[in-house]
Amino acid sequence: MPDRANGDRPQTRLGVRKTYKLFIGGAFPRSESGRSYPVHSPGGDLLAFAAKASRKDLRDAVVAARGAFAGWSGATAYNRGQVLYRVAELMEGRAAQFAAEVKAAEGLRRGPADAVVAAAIDRWVWYAGWSDKVAQVAGAANPVAGPYFNFSVPEPTGVVAVLAPAESSLLGLVSVLAPAIVTGNTAVVVASEHRPLPSVTLAEVLATSDVPPGVVNVLTGIRAELAPVAAAHMDVNALDVTGAPLGERGALQVAAACNLKRVYADHERWDEPPGTRRLLSPLEIKTVWHPAGI
Amino acid sequence: MGIESLDRLAPGRAEFDVAEVATSDAGLRQVLHGLPGVDQVGVQERVAGLATRSVKKDSKLRALDLAIRMVDLTTLEGADTPGKVTAMCAKARHPDLADPPAPPVAAVCVYPDLVPVARAGVAGSDVAVASVATAFPSGRASLAVKLADVRDAVSAGADEVDMVIDRGAFLAGRYGQVYAEIRAVREACGPAHLKVILETGELATLDNVSRASWLAMMAGADFIKTSTGKVTPAATPAVALVMLAAVRDFELTAGRRVGVKVAGGIRTAKDAIRYLVLVNETAGPAWLTPRLFRIGASTLLNDLLMQRTKQRTGRYSGPDYFTVD
Repeated sequence: MPDRANGDRPQTRLGVRKTYKLFIGGAFPRSESGRSYPVHSPGGDLLAFAAKASRKDLRDAVVAARGAFAGWSGATAYNRGQVLYRVAELMEGRAAQFAAEVKAAEGLRRGPADAVVAAAIDRWVWYAGWSDKVAQVAGAANPVAGPYFNFSVPEPTGVVAVLAPAESSLLGLVSVLAPAIVTGNTAVVVASEHRPLPSVTLAEVLATSDVPPGVVNVLTGIRAELAPVAAAHMDVNALDVTGAPLGERGALQVAAACNLKRVYADHERWDEPPGTRRLLSPLEIKTVWHPAGI
Repeated sequence: MGIESLDRLAPGRAEFDVAEVATSDAGLRQVLHGLPGVDQVGVQERVAGLATRSVKKDSKLRALDLAIRMVDLTTLEGADTPGKVTAMCAKARHPDLADPPAPPVAAVCVYPDLVPVARAGVAGSDVAVASVATAFPSGRASLAVKLADVRDAVSAGADEVDMVIDRGAFLAGRYGQVYAEIRAVREACGPAHLKVILETGELATLDNVSRASWLAMMAGADFIKTSTGKVTPAATPAVALVMLAAVRDFELTAGRRVGVKVAGGIRTAKDAIRYLVLVNETAGPAWLTPRLFRIGASTLLNDLLMQRTKQRTGRYSGPDYFTVD
């Protein structure tokens, strides 16, 4: 009797296809709306259907991010750095999967796709290192005319809504996400609209690392639908409009003014070696006085 | 059988005399155990079906304002201070000074010793003062102590008294004792409204919930209330459905409308609106008034206000813009 469980004989397997879902509060729900949309390669091949996030999904993501903020911002800088470095370790383990997805999403050949993934992991590590260094760079011990120490320290501002670059599926996402969370903010990311699939795999990496649920929430869907809602949301504290074309940014900035969000619309390009402008954008400076000589 | 047909099978339509059966455990048992059994699966299914009802736009705005008017804004903590109660009263009167302002809530609910503070806090408004009493939340005290507790609250100015039943006696089958206690508290209340807390989380079955509801209503409750909020599970839609069916049937039988209060674990506007749907579909639209349906809550109010703001401005709001308590 042939042993069917034994894989020594080539058999035709049914395909086990992946369902690409959202990442909200550490879970992978489908869109509350039940919608999805087709994702194509640059060559026009259908790659998969991705969840099409709705306004309510965005609202739920903000609630999750708000809930995670106290714990994440309260963690020690050293701990945050370790947690983020571990994410890089896991990305390294999935490098082949990332490379295959980037290759399909961006129409690259194997070598350049590998290079993109390596750059993304390296950039994640680079940003992870900033967790316990940002206070030295952005903070100060201020000289004051009295018997006091006077310190200015950078503090995370809260929930950051991030529009990931449209043209890049992974490196762009890492370049805007890592600087937002390394300092203790929590993030709601709208992934690249037409190249969203690697972002779901990154979400899987985050879910199986030590990043607490809700610190990063990844939405796939239509940017034009989600961006205005994020910009107007009263419980979002900062907005990175990198993924929005120049023509849309003005309206987003106007909407973001309703609760004085910090808006990052700078010209530091995500695809160049990063500086600190993006990292320092979603931060508040807290100044404290302390009696000296006691 | 589904819960819907319960009214046809309601016990006897005044075929029994309450004063007579209440003289003994056996008489009460005969009535309460003669109630039609509750089909638990049917109830769950009905509740799940009703939870999918969609309430949008203007209807949602009206539902939110109605829910706000039904809230019993509650603080029942050992750490309650006069300052906290006063602040809560201010919020009860003016939950949100948007344009147009949010309506005031139905009542504030506090421990008996804080009733005078709450009384002063809501003076000059229509917000009522409710007080828990009868050795809340466990109810483990002698009747004399419970009655003293009630008189204390009423003389301090409580408009409504939330009493707990003796769940131990109920579960042991001593229905007469539970009945007599509710009667005695009813008398001690004087003009104050009496809400009877069944603590459904400790009653184990929906049949017991139905029986306890009838027992409380027969004994003279103005409201039957799900829970103290100190026991998990607290209010659940299934329990609320059974209680709403009971008040509906009780009106058909005894000709008196009794209110329902759900309390504990209701934190989101979505949940609150689902309860309103349950009320409308089970007891009927006549119950969609703060005089006959209440929601005991503290954090719920902020979510109702945030949703209200969202409906009016189109922007999602956040907890930064509302008071914490």
